[in-house]
Amino acid sequence: MRTRVFLLVSIAVAAVVFFAARMVNNDYVFFAGYTILQFIVLATAWNILGGYTGYVNFGSAAFFAMGAYSTVFFHKAFPMPIPILILIGGVVSGVVGFGMGYLTLRLRGAFFAIATLALAVVLQTLVVNWDYVGGSRGAYIIRPNDIAWLGPYIQYLFLLMLTLVVVSLTIARWIERSQLGYGFATIRDDELAAEASGVPTLKLKLVATTISGALMGMAGAPFPYYIGYLQPSSAFGLEYAVNSIAMPMIGGTTSWVGPLIGAILLGSLQQIATVTISSAVNLLIVGLLLVAFVIIAPNGIVGLVQGWMRRREK
Amino acid sequence: MAGALLEVAGLSKRFGGFVALDGIDLAVTQGERVGLIGPNGSGKSTFVNCICGTLTNETGTVRFDGEIVNGLLTHERTRRGMARSFQLPRPFATLTVADNLRVPLLYTVNARPGSALSAAALDERCAELLQLVALTDKATKLPRDLTQVEMRKLELARAMAADPKLLIADESMAGLSQSEVDDIVNLLIRLNERGITIILIEHIMRAVMKFSQRLVVLVSGKKIADGPPAEVIRDPEVERAYLGQ
Repeated sequence: MRTRVFLLVSIAVAAVVFFAARMVNNDYVFFAGYTILQFIVLATAWNILGGYTGYVNFGSAAFFAMGAYSTVFFHKAFPMPIPILILIGGVVSGVVGFGMGYLTLRLRGAFFAIATLALAVVLQTLVVNWDYVGGSRGAYIIRPNDIAWLGPYIQYLFLLMLTLVVVSLTIARWIERSQLGYGFATIRDDELAAEASGVPTLKLKLVATTISGALMGMAGAPFPYYIGYLQPSSAFGLEYAVNSIAMPMIGGTTSWVGPLIGAILLGSLQQIATVTISSAVNLLIVGLLLVAFVIIAPNGIVGLVQGWMRRREK
Repeated sequence: MAGALLEVAGLSKRFGGFVALDGIDLAVTQGERVGLIGPNGSGKSTFVNCICGTLTNETGTVRFDGEIVNGLLTHERTRRGMARSFQLPRPFATLTVADNLRVPLLYTVNARPGSALSAAALDERCAELLQLVALTDKATKLPRDLTQVEMRKLELARAMAADPKLLIADESMAGLSQSEVDDIVNLLIRLNERGITIILIEHIMRAVMKFSQRLVVLVSGKKIADGPPAEVIRDPEVERAYLGQ
């Protein structure tokens, strides 16, 4: 029941965000906002596997790109509205996530992380050599200028991504409070003890990789329409892998709030830096902040606040 | 032995060229309290790990509750009623003490057909277990706030939460003071009185002698004695293993 209340509240917040953005009436707000929203979805998705079960995925970009490229494929083969493409992107990346999980989840720690990185390289190589979706040349997606019932197309994309944010946050919060969430936490803490307590660890890890992968793919599916020209190096970009790890780490990995805070903070900082300094300084900011947080606040902003509250209680 | 709860036959386990367990036979009947002793490195923990499915034995069968469980994963064996505590406590560090007990309730008791608990019943069971091991006032604390003996009790309570038929307590008293050892032994005897079969692995002889109805001795992966405790510790072979010739 409380999940339903949360869903309603977040829909209300999303509506306020959308109308506030329309009040500003500047396409750039939607353009920059879309990127931040996209990072909220990616960070939340990463956190379901990386934060809840403790398996660090370095291949987020691959899942994102699978979503984006499934859109490119269907745009060419069988045009469909974007919401359906988002679902397809989710299914494709979910299946990739399940497959990756099945092949690699017997690995632990650094070995799992390396395997996910390898997966990204393999998938990128496949896409580069697949001529139908543009190969290394890239693919153009010509999007309409306007959409009848809403106005500029970028507002439509913004609205779609806002919906995905609501969906992914609701899923993340629901998992946290459900039996699944307890199971994930035991995997993060101690897999041997989890098995001895009756937790089917392999099965739960597969559930986590599938949900996490599917959400990343959904975040990637509208991307070709946003960017207009998709090439492998932008879809598989380092910034997606790095950001989707850094944002939950900086925000805090144990709850759904962490990735949200981290993504808003880092995402806005990066947008501001792009405009005021240069777009190249982005990853530098992420890197410096990540190092600072790992040293000063290993449990992220949420961890800092919780620690502060515990101290006040005493 | 007919009607045994746990029946291990010809169990062997090797790590590369090292034979850790060599053809172990052991039958434990319903309701029994068995002590398992042996010098360090004699294969006690390996034996437990093979019974529970953490390790895979090369030869031999493990039959539990009339069913061969070879090849089943640990969590499947736990659901069938086999629970264990670990030699070094392995609590779920980011969950509260109460939630540590909630996990086996959710994943073991609720997973058995026809025994799903309501939310209220779950809370009640948690409270019961906490009371059993006297940790009620620590329910909302994290495991890192517990003392060593409380940590051992949490470990036992978590094994108990799975509502097992057989409990294997792997050195749950190492490093505790005398009164704390008595505390845990009394707890185990209380559990046994509720009908739970218990295998206790221990080095502290005082606890083993007080607890066990039957004593089994492992030395270098072989079972060298099995019988009433008072007789077993007088066995010359057992004396030789512990004290040297």
